[in-house]
Amino acid sequence: MTANALPTAAARPRRKQKNAGLKLFLDILNHGALTLVALAFLFPFFWMVSNAVRSDAEVLAVPPRLLPTEWQWENFAEAWLRLPFGRFFLNSAIVAGGVTAITIVVSALAAYAFARLRFPGRDSIFVAYLGTLMIPQVMLVIPLFLIVNQLGWVNTYQGMILPMAFSSFGAFLLRQFFLSIPRELEEAALIDGASRLRILVSIIIPLSLPAIGLLALFTFIGQWNNFLWPLVVVNGMEYATLPLGLSMFQTEQGTSWNYIMAGAALSMLPGLVLAVILQQVIYKGITVGAGFGGR
Amino acid sequence: MTETVSTREATMAPPRRRNRMSAQEARTALVFLLPSLLGFIAFMLFPIIASLAISFTNWQLISAPSFVGFANYQRLFTLDPAFYTVLGNTLFFTLEYLVLNIVLSLGLAVWISSLKRGQRWFRVIFFLPTFTPAIAASVVWLLIFTPGGFMDTVFQTLALHVPNLLLDPKLAMQAVIIVTLWANVGYNMVLFNAALDLVPQSYLEAAKIDGASAWDRFWKIRLPLISPTVFFGTVMTAITSLQVFDQIYVVTRGGPGSATATLGFAIYQNGFGNYQMGYASALAWVMFIIIMALTALQFWLQRKWVHYDS
Repeated sequence: MTANALPTAAARPRRKQKNAGLKLFLDILNHGALTLVALAFLFPFFWMVSNAVRSDAEVLAVPPRLLPTEWQWENFAEAWLRLPFGRFFLNSAIVAGGVTAITIVVSALAAYAFARLRFPGRDSIFVAYLGTLMIPQVMLVIPLFLIVNQLGWVNTYQGMILPMAFSSFGAFLLRQFFLSIPRELEEAALIDGASRLRILVSIIIPLSLPAIGLLALFTFIGQWNNFLWPLVVVNGMEYATLPLGLSMFQTEQGTSWNYIMAGAALSMLPGLVLAVILQQVIYKGITVGAGFGGR
Repeated sequence: MTETVSTREATMAPPRRRNRMSAQEARTALVFLLPSLLGFIAFMLFPIIASLAISFTNWQLISAPSFVGFANYQRLFTLDPAFYTVLGNTLFFTLEYLVLNIVLSLGLAVWISSLKRGQRWFRVIFFLPTFTPAIAASVVWLLIFTPGGFMDTVFQTLALHVPNLLLDPKLAMQAVIIVTLWANVGYNMVLFNAALDLVPQSYLEAAKIDGASAWDRFWKIRLPLISPTVFFGTVMTAITSLQVFDQIYVVTRGGPGSATATLGFAIYQNGFGNYQMGYASALAWVMFIIIMALTALQFWLQRKWVHYDS
């Protein structure tokens, strides 16, 4: 490229061209090597699907074959209906959706109070919220189980949803975002006599959709993938979520591996789809984390 | 609550109207905060206090609990031979996993940032497992590790004499670490990659003109500039890895023997396998104290390697 721009300097462009060739070669090599690493990284996904669509006898054949001799796509339907991964899928959706909905409403209300309203004890309550961010879940599980057991909520949706729906993280995240919205935007509405709830719903929330969406996404995925709480508070298949259902079949003698792999694939599907579709949103969200960690 | 507001505002001698307004504001705040506060008290604050209280009892669910003082903690540290095994396993896992996670995620982040095109697709690929259930990843890896399965076949083909990972007490933890790395390395990778993107290009070009090699540019410019983010990632990863549970529950069940039993697994087993709520709660508090101590240690060490200048 530079060779045309500078025709007088005859010797230098040629060397530059050679360098450019070498650079291009190294660049292709670089991409190729990372592509190989990425393919190896994706292998477990391939292995899961490849074993989901073969016969059970072939899953345990030694040595294992890379691809099935006969592709049995009907295994997915079988796992969905008979095992019943369809039921687990529904339970996971109800629990993750329920926790997400409650978290968003409750966190937005609390965050607005923390960000905009003056009341006694505001800062100490907020510090108490922050202080619990580091509490390990496994420590809470024992007293939470005793509470839920006392309330007679074992094997119920409310028992699965409510104890997970009040994380202080949501209030913290939204407060930080609300603080970045200029106050002037609500002052006019306040003078006109609009209520605080009205202001939250019609001014603050529409401006905060990126933060609220991010909170919803991470809450939903976190609950969809949650294992420990369903394991403790559910027994039997009726209320089992996908991770719990998977672990139940895995420990049962004689459950077929091909169906377990089909169930694993079904449980991964929503997360994989969201990760691909929302990649830019996730990247931006984690970038906020990167900036936040730098503070 | 309203009273405190009025007295405090009154000392500042504001006009009457403002006084009434801030009382009203406090009432509004209470209404807004109430759902969150009730949930926070019921499902966070009360359980934390209850957990501490239970750890001083011998509660076994069927019988009424009675106060036993420090007996659970005493049993932990002096009587229970399993405790030190569990503690050792947890620290071993955390240390090896943490080092490998940071090195690999940082390596991948730098590698991806060196690409001319396709950066975001590589980022997505390595991020994929972090959005999937750890249990699902664990059952897939269990099939890979199973005796006579894919992993054994690879070792055999390469003529490596490696015993089956799940059957060997010395190697079982490595299986857990492999699963955990695969499932989680993508998160820190994206975090570090995002931080590398924020490093001003002009710094790197200036260093290039001065003749600094890519190696030097990494160690002397890029790494120091993203060190606050690396620190953040390290602290968060350490906190979660001390709690490791899902992978162990599925892949090894703490075995063979108790070779991979970690604190998280022991708390679950004592609490919900043997219904020793008191003893399990004492274990949970030990875990919490270790998390706090390790985090404090990292904050203390950060002065040696983290650069916070703007």
